[in-house]
Amino acid sequence: MRAALVIARRDFSAVVLSRTFILFLLGPLLPILIGMAFGGLGDKISRTDLRPVVGLAMTPADAVRMESALKRLAERMQPEALPTFHRVPLSPAPRVQLAQADADMIVIVSGTIARPILAGKPSDVERLRGDISLIATAALAEQALHMVRVEAEPVSTSVGAQMQGRLAIGRIAQVVIFFLTILLAGMILSNLVEEKTNKIIEILAAAVPVDAIFLGKLIAMLAMSFVGICFWGSTALCVFLALRPAGAALPDPAIGWPLFLMLAVIYFAMAYTLLGSLFLGIGAQAATVREVQTLNMPVTMGQMLIFFFATYAVDKMGSPPEIAAAIMPFSSPFSMIARAAQDGALWPHLLAIVWQTLWVGLIIRIGVILFRRHVLKSGGRWWKQLFRGATG
Amino acid sequence: MIGDVPAPPPTYAVEGHGLVKTFGDFRAVDGIDIAVPAGSIYGILGSNGAGKTTLLRTLLGIIDPDEGHRSLLGDGAPLRQARSVGYLPEERGLYPSMKAFEAIAFMGALRGLPLKIGRERARLMLTEYGMGASMEKPIRQLSKGMAQTVQLFGTIIHEPRLIVLDEPFSGLDAINQGKLETLIRDQARRGVTVLFSTHVIAHAERLCERVAIVARGRIRFEGTVSEARDRLRPQVRLRTRASDGAWRRALPAETFAEDGAWHFALPQEGIEPLLRALLDGNAGIESLSIERPGLHDAFVAIAGEAAARQMQEDKEREEAA
Repeated sequence: MRAALVIARRDFSAVVLSRTFILFLLGPLLPILIGMAFGGLGDKISRTDLRPVVGLAMTPADAVRMESALKRLAERMQPEALPTFHRVPLSPAPRVQLAQADADMIVIVSGTIARPILAGKPSDVERLRGDISLIATAALAEQALHMVRVEAEPVSTSVGAQMQGRLAIGRIAQVVIFFLTILLAGMILSNLVEEKTNKIIEILAAAVPVDAIFLGKLIAMLAMSFVGICFWGSTALCVFLALRPAGAALPDPAIGWPLFLMLAVIYFAMAYTLLGSLFLGIGAQAATVREVQTLNMPVTMGQMLIFFFATYAVDKMGSPPEIAAAIMPFSSPFSMIARAAQDGALWPHLLAIVWQTLWVGLIIRIGVILFRRHVLKSGGRWWKQLFRGATG
Repeated sequence: MIGDVPAPPPTYAVEGHGLVKTFGDFRAVDGIDIAVPAGSIYGILGSNGAGKTTLLRTLLGIIDPDEGHRSLLGDGAPLRQARSVGYLPEERGLYPSMKAFEAIAFMGALRGLPLKIGRERARLMLTEYGMGASMEKPIRQLSKGMAQTVQLFGTIIHEPRLIVLDEPFSGLDAINQGKLETLIRDQARRGVTVLFSTHVIAHAERLCERVAIVARGRIRFEGTVSEARDRLRPQVRLRTRASDGAWRRALPAETFAEDGAWHFALPQEGIEPLLRALLDGNAGIESLSIERPGLHDAFVAIAGEAAARQMQEDKEREEAA
């Protein structure tokens, strides 16, 4: 462990004290800024009125009743679900008006409320026929159509709402951990290339067990990730506190926020070290940076698969897929954080953390065996290597 | 209590018995037995590709042997003794962005020396060596020789009991080679065992108490430098005023003429019978010298014989197959 910490310290300092680390910290904020800029643009686009414009070629009295009915319906329904009206003259005929160069309506309603006639292209007529029928019916029933008043009975808790809220928390936590892992763990792939290209690996391998080299690198990268997460987390918290709507309250996860946040940190660390140890083992086989770059894509796809598996059963607590996702080491952290949001039992988490730690150890050991065998050209029978002491 | 009695220091700092290491079909180390006495300067000599580096890496525990067993400072698991060992690999490697004194301290920390002490010692070593101005510079800004010196200091910063140097003189200029020789002698005076490999015989001849000559993965000779030199008969160089005469029959059969002198190995029966024949035959002895062969001659003869023998064995094996 002492040797691992020496290596971790060196790697951590080398990364964190470099100029490129500032770019690393600011990098993830750029997409958010760009997202916010595009979000504003999207909001503007969404506010642009894209509802179909229907011409009303009716008598003024009918037109008023139609407009009034449309307004009443729009109050209860999504306004975007209904067309807008634009009064047009009764003559010339609708087909002539629709052919005019400055016509902004796509169909024209003529006739009477009791018997409206819709003129337009067949596809548009078909699309708007139901809407016009609904509006005309409401217009006809204007006096007779009374809105029924619904009495309110407020309650302090709703299990359904709580479950929905906790499920949402679980899903959000999964997505956050996944994105942090995918963002950070991929870097581990190239971690041993420097040592191999600079021939430092010989010095390290002669002084400390290869297990300590692997573990030290994982610890360094995890520590570096926590620095990044603290920075990004603080920024996100500031933005959240500044922009959150007044009176908005987050639902509580099943185990409460303090424990949930602690478990989120632990499960991120486990997800990171599980994937990181695998990536370190794979990356250690690569001789050049080019080979590492080639490995990046399949590795990212593998991460996506694991994530999809973990999210698949998130709303089916206790189902075989959910339990399988919790047992499978790579999906286990994602599955367990969703469980922490929805289920208050703590013992499964203790079990899962021990289980995941065992797998980290096993994956490191397998990576070390492969490294000794293929890079150092050493090692005997693999099963003997698996269980022997780190110092041989 | 018996358990409180410290174990006596091992007689041999490094031991290997029946070591075999193969890479595919190639036997890089082919059944080597070696024992390096504690406190000695021991050289492993061999041409490029003879198996020296693989032997050292096997002894240090960087790679495991396919057969045989090894012991480092009395421990069968070499890495357990890493704190007492310093190793300078043949392919030098340092982190380019690390400062010189940090690199030395880091290498010491890997072997258990606290960083604070490592930094203090590193500064002192670099200053005493005349590299004080470079101690804060990153390795990438140092010359090759300076970087090599940094790595050498990193090898000894933790005051190891055993120093293993793989081709330590390669890449150094004559002045730095001399400094390195002095450093090795200083370490040996402190009781440190120094094991180094080289294909430059002069260094081994000047430094080593014992040498092992490795060729084609096997040790072809093991002993003192003097014993290695004794493997060859002394060489006689004779210059005569007469170029021919009855005395010529007294010269050994393998005698050859070069630079106006006769060259041959000292006959088994000594020089007296030949001298008598030269005097009786009026050869006119102008000069006569008997020179003991150097380690280089011994190495060439031993390694050459081994290569020839190995080639013959390979041929026989192929024919048998």
